[in-house]
Amino acid sequence: MRFDLQIIASWITPGARVLDLGCGEGDLLDYLRKNKQVTGIGIERSEAGVSQCIARGLSVLQGDINEEVQDFRDNSFDYVILSQTLQQVYTPDQLLVELLRIGRRIIVSFPNFGHYQIRLQLLTSGYTPKSKELPYNWYDTPNIRVLTIKDFKKFASEIGCTIFKEVAINTHHHEDRGNIIHRLPNLRATYGIFLLGQGKGP
Amino acid sequence: MSEYATHEDTGVSVGLVEKKFFHFADPPQAMVLEGGSSLGPVTIAYETMGSLNHAGSNAILILHALSGDSHVAGYYGKEDPKPGWWDIMVGPGKAIDTDRYFIICSNILGSCMGSTGPSSINPETGRPYGLDFPVVTIGDMVRAQKALLDHLGINRLLSVIGGSIGGMQVLEWAVRYPKMVRSAIPLATTTRHSALAIAFNEVARQSIMADPNWNNGQYYDREKPNLGLAVARMIGHITYLSDEAMRVKFGRRLQDKNDFSFNFDVDFQVEGYLRYQGNKFVERFDANSFLYITKAADYFDLGLRNGTQSVTEAFARARAKFLVVSFTSDWLYPTYQSKKMVKAMKKNNLDVSFCEIEADWGHDAFLLPNPRLSSLISGFIGQVAGEAEEESRAV
Repeated sequence: MRFDLQIIASWITPGARVLDLGCGEGDLLDYLRKNKQVTGIGIERSEAGVSQCIARGLSVLQGDINEEVQDFRDNSFDYVILSQTLQQVYTPDQLLVELLRIGRRIIVSFPNFGHYQIRLQLLTSGYTPKSKELPYNWYDTPNIRVLTIKDFKKFASEIGCTIFKEVAINTHHHEDRGNIIHRLPNLRATYGIFLLGQGKGP
Repeated sequence: MSEYATHEDTGVSVGLVEKKFFHFADPPQAMVLEGGSSLGPVTIAYETMGSLNHAGSNAILILHALSGDSHVAGYYGKEDPKPGWWDIMVGPGKAIDTDRYFIICSNILGSCMGSTGPSSINPETGRPYGLDFPVVTIGDMVRAQKALLDHLGINRLLSVIGGSIGGMQVLEWAVRYPKMVRSAIPLATTTRHSALAIAFNEVARQSIMADPNWNNGQYYDREKPNLGLAVARMIGHITYLSDEAMRVKFGRRLQDKNDFSFNFDVDFQVEGYLRYQGNKFVERFDANSFLYITKAADYFDLGLRNGTQSVTEAFARARAKFLVVSFTSDWLYPTYQSKKMVKAMKKNNLDVSFCEIEADWGHDAFLLPNPRLSSLISGFIGQVAGEAEEESRAV
């Protein structure tokens, strides 16, 4: 499994109720079900992803995450996972508030636009940077909100969330081994992963 | 619907099946219907495939749509030209695997395919009921199926599956008998008819009742209202297809001619197709049953019955794990209607999966071969079956 998903999985307590937003073909949910006895639901836009999940025996809803999260009751989940999707959401602030309503803990991961190679590209070439994590052109990218690890921490405090855990990695997200960055994460990490919630303490 | 039943390329089939009959509700224990009248005795035609396991935990009830019947898969005889209506889905190694599961398919109350309906003999008069047959509801159909399952000694269903009007029965089952239903798969269906759906049904009913042979429903000893029923079926057929399906299938192609005839014979292929389907239908279906079943579908409203005021309130009674499936080109029960029921299920914390399958073939897509639908159904049931086995081991 992808390295970032391994980290996310390690944060989840056994037997938890999990909502995975943009769950793709359900790799994380399937892993959590088999290894952590989790009851999970996924939300996925593509019919191919959804049908793959259901064929694997996972519970998944086809739809847009912004709309789908609205119908769940307050505190329906122990964890809500938003993996590699925040940068594609139109109103991340509204979505995060909604996620805090339906879940006790939120796990968010995203590509870090503050990585030094990205900074260098813009400085030296003058073109909008592209990276392995954000490989699109400015005109065809689904990633409408590029952000840095620093941006996210500021954002989290502005919308009133507490960050309980954070990990920065410098691995391409398709690889299943990776490095955790401890020093200068905003400059050196390609991905940030955060565990958020309301109030104090885990 | 049976025009879709085709031989499987692989030739794999559940083999010979036999239509059976269950009799109950002998007066004075007649069945009291939702509309208030009593009906009895009642006969329900049904078929079973596969075998019930030791724990009794592998029974699946399949519910058919308007004009379907209990003959869901396999053949009645070696010379049978066609298998049951869902032979592509039900059989050994198929999505609904008869090697693993015990399948029951019963014909609905009010139909003419072996169950008690308006063409059955009214014991009080010795003649067919005709319009003396009481109006039945989807709820009544489900209660008759429940009586059948009690008779078969099945107290829990692994899954309840059906499309269209069959899907309405699935929803009714899940809400009416929550403890009996472990999982439910409503396909291409709705919690209640839109004005559009009711309108089409009303036009179909009017065409039957406008046929001079209809004679207020008493036609069983004389010429039948076949023209009215054929037109009703033609209207139905249009709603089962889609703009795209009809364009691809027929376009504006002419039927066996190079130019218009400048009269009212068949010019276009689509006209020939509708006339053929209409005429074929009258050979096997009773016009009065068509009236009763379409009315039952129009009356169906999962939210506003039995003391509930909304769909969300209705699903509060359900316990099943759901798989809801809609099809992109279904304009009779469009996706927004499926999404509405999913919403209500989510509000009740029910375990629900939803998939909208891209299909050009309109409402009838659930009856056509579709690898995606097959893999959804087999994966979903397989998961539920696994959970059921674990549970029975734990006990």
